[in-house]
Amino acid sequence: MSKEALLVGQEAIARKGWIGAHRFLLLRRASQLGFLALFVAGPWFGLWIVEGTLAGSLTLGTLPLTDPLVFLQSLVAGHWPEMTAIIGALIVVAAYALLGGRTYCSWVCPINPVTDAANWLHRRLNLPKGWQPKRSTRLWVLAAALIVSAITGTIAWEVVNPVTMLHRGILFGMGFTWAMVLAIFLFDTLMARHGWCGHLCPVGAFYGLVGSKSVVRVSAKARAACDDCMDCYAVCPEMHVISPALKGKDGDTPLILAPDCTNCGRCIDVCSENVFSFTHRFDDTLAEPSDHHTPAPDPQTA
Amino acid sequence: MSKPNAPSSAARRRFLTDTARAVGGCALAGTGLAYLVQDARALPAEALRPPGALPEEDFLAACIRCGLCVRDCPYDTLVLAELGEDGPATGTPYFTARDVPCEMCDDIPCVAACPTGALDPALDNIDDAKMGIAVLVDQENCLNVLGLRCDVCYRVCPVIDEAITLELSHNERSGHHAIFLPVVHADRCTGCGMCEKSCVLPEAAIKVLPQRLARAEAAEHYRKGWEEKDARGAPLVDGLIDLPDRLPGPGTDNLAAPGGFEPSFKLPEVSQ
Ligand code: SF4
Ligand code: SF4
Ligand code: SF4
Ligand code: SF4
Ligand code: SF4
Repeated sequence: MSKEALLVGQEAIARKGWIGAHRFLLLRRASQLGFLALFVAGPWFGLWIVEGTLAGSLTLGTLPLTDPLVFLQSLVAGHWPEMTAIIGALIVVAAYALLGGRTYCSWVCPINPVTDAANWLHRRLNLPKGWQPKRSTRLWVLAAALIVSAITGTIAWEVVNPVTMLHRGILFGMGFTWAMVLAIFLFDTLMARHGWCGHLCPVGAFYGLVGSKSVVRVSAKARAACDDCMDCYAVCPEMHVISPALKGKDGDTPLILAPDCTNCGRCIDVCSENVFSFTHRFDDTLAEPSDHHTPAPDPQTA
Repeated sequence: MSKPNAPSSAARRRFLTDTARAVGGCALAGTGLAYLVQDARALPAEALRPPGALPEEDFLAACIRCGLCVRDCPYDTLVLAELGEDGPATGTPYFTARDVPCEMCDDIPCVAACPTGALDPALDNIDDAKMGIAVLVDQENCLNVLGLRCDVCYRVCPVIDEAITLELSHNERSGHHAIFLPVVHADRCTGCGMCEKSCVLPEAAIKVLPQRLARAEAAEHYRKGWEEKDARGAPLVDGLIDLPDRLPGPGTDNLAAPGGFEPSFKLPEVSQ
């Protein structure tokens, strides 16, 4: 396993070059840094493009954005917010409803680099999978957060939410937030593979629900070319989403429709056969098998 | 529960235990979270909320901890509570008067910035703010009470002569000086903290406390007779006998002072 783990993506690198095999990873890191930079530019360099934090912000003094999950907790806690926050939440929900809710997770969330690093180390050290609660656990955590909000009349998850805490920490001062981030890193590295994002984080669960009908999707369009190297499974943080699309029978859609997919695009990067690509929900065409090896059955166009 | 093709009993049992485990785990996590929430609600006495902040319970339901109020405060008065270091619920805004008081901006930018209404946009006159109440907590060390003319808190108060007044009284110690006692009037004090910030003592003698600490609450049934009488325009009970008032000081107990009266009989013990 350890040999294989280290070899994930080697073929893709050989065929597409390192950059080509890390395209979306690089773009993603750029996006994560970019979002952070937008927020940090104000307090650090006096460049006030975006004020506030991921929980609520004001861009160029006009565009309000509100974290919809925080907003929802505020609602169930019994506060009807001002119009600014309502509009802000609607804009964010609309955006992620189109983009795939968990696009937030892989392209924006500041915790993602932490859990990605943990996962990288986890695989490097070839550690066992560890504690693997059901993925639905995060939905239960989400429900618990909303129920506690309603009962206590406070925005409950914000007391422990590492996503907003880390972001706020970078912008306003860390306090003990670093300990919390370290705890998540260690948890994901030593105790549970993809433990935080994959099983516990209610923010990810929430965005999964938001994006359950989203338009932007990854498709295993050229699945006929798949040579079963399993590299995509190895890199995907939510690998269960791949099979239905990749291993679907003729007539099954090649689209990854599972809302757990974070639209990170790593499967596109790591596949030497170029099986995957970004497309939209209504494009369920299958591509002709590529010129590479692997004889494939006749592709089906639906 | 009853699906057309019922799962085998093993699968069903597995489903039930899984669900029970998930529910149990989440109940546990939820309880832990509720406990944390309770804990995080405790505010240290010196933490004051920004102007217009809703009452604390409502505030914690409304503030999304975005920090926009902090960013728009021109005096860097407000800070966001940091995890583990500040008492107030992590991420919510507050200020400490002794560090940086609120300068009571006319346009109240912090309130204007708040997207949720956690800082009530209905507050349009900063003089109506109720961030806390100044209290002369140490009447033994306040220089004015000692008979010296410090007056600093009085002079810096943005609502001078309304929120703080100086009440003149005789200085018993020196016998021929006056004491100018700083007296705070809660209905006008905004809790901005300028007085506490400026108090010349190493530890302020006047402190701004949140309402819940600074103010008593009169019992529900308690009425001030004179106010009720004014409101009614007549005595509350018709034909009420107006008993004579006793005057303070020596010589009043024998009731021979002016305005007093001689009772028709005297108890034996009372006579000197
Ligand atoms: S699952 Fe949660 S922590 Fe992970 S990337 Fe998504 S929002 Fe961030
Ligand atoms: S009124 Fe002005 S000084 Fe006071 S907290 Fe608001 S913005 Fe800051
Ligand atoms: S602007 Fe409003 S919601 Fe944001 S931190 Fe301040 S009080 Fe809270
Ligand atoms: S806190 Fe002090 S300075 Fe501010 S209004 Fe009240 S008495 Fe005046
Ligand atoms: S500034 Fe302090 S010492 Fe001076 S009068 Fe006010 S409370 Fe007393």
